[in-house]
Amino acid sequence: MNPALNSAINASMAPVATPFFFYLLAGLAIISGVLVITRRNAVHSALALIVTLLSVAGLYLMLYASFVAGVQIIVYAGGIMVLFLFVIMLVNIERSSKDRQFNRMWPAGLAAACALMALFVTAFVKGKALFPDRMISLSESSNTQQIAGMLYGEAGRMGEYTFAFEIASLLLLVAILGAVIMTKKKI
Amino acid sequence: MVPITTLHYLVVAAALFVLGVIGVLTRRNVVIVLMSIELILNAVNLNLVAFSRMWGNLHGQVFSIFVTVDAAAEAAVGLGILIAFFRNKETINVDEIDLLKW
Repeated sequence: MNPALNSAINASMAPVATPFFFYLLAGLAIISGVLVITRRNAVHSALALIVTLLSVAGLYLMLYASFVAGVQIIVYAGGIMVLFLFVIMLVNIERSSKDRQFNRMWPAGLAAACALMALFVTAFVKGKALFPDRMISLSESSNTQQIAGMLYGEAGRMGEYTFAFEIASLLLLVAILGAVIMTKKKI
Repeated sequence: MVPITTLHYLVVAAALFVLGVIGVLTRRNVVIVLMSIELILNAVNLNLVAFSRMWGNLHGQVFSIFVTVDAAAEAAVGLGILIAFFRNKETINVDEIDLLKW
């Protein structure tokens, strides 16, 4: 793509990717993430998780990753969450929502998570120079085409990730077989 | 206003990751534990896409698609195990899954 068109696209896209939208989407993602792990009813958790996934899809759009944002909405919010909601319907949530929600070792778990957060904060404060401020503008209009070129190959050649892509399809086949066999009543 | 840099996205991803870890370590309901694992995988995806933007190539985005495939496979198998378990013991609490404990 020629640089003039690229910069024109960036200039026209610039008003959308404002800090305001970033903070809105990030806040929405984190607040609904907190709701996911604190709600008593599993259905409410699933609905909060859908909000998180959609906000993360918005963050992908702000990073000019339009194909990944589409995959996020279709596969996560559309596929995996429907699977979760079906399983919540199949298992008995009324009994488990009356139970204790957190296990007995929760202080230890919380302490371990706080230690992990301290580790992240230290890494980000001390290693700030490792993450440069530059944001190389990706050509957003051909994003899907470039990803397809890397996955399927282009111009008769195998792409860089074609083999891994085929292995991923094999993994999905194994997962389907495993899920079907495990949910059978008599194996 | 400060322009949004890669570090901002990394902080959001780290927050989502820690929330997922808290969910995995403290909740008793297996369905919510699996949802927390999805949160963790999403945080990793966000990191990969942010780094893909920082370096200006698409390898991170392609890898995030593979992570999504893994998440789908893991959710399908995990929920299958959950249904098989619920059929046997009529419970979905993590600390009652102790059939292999001696």
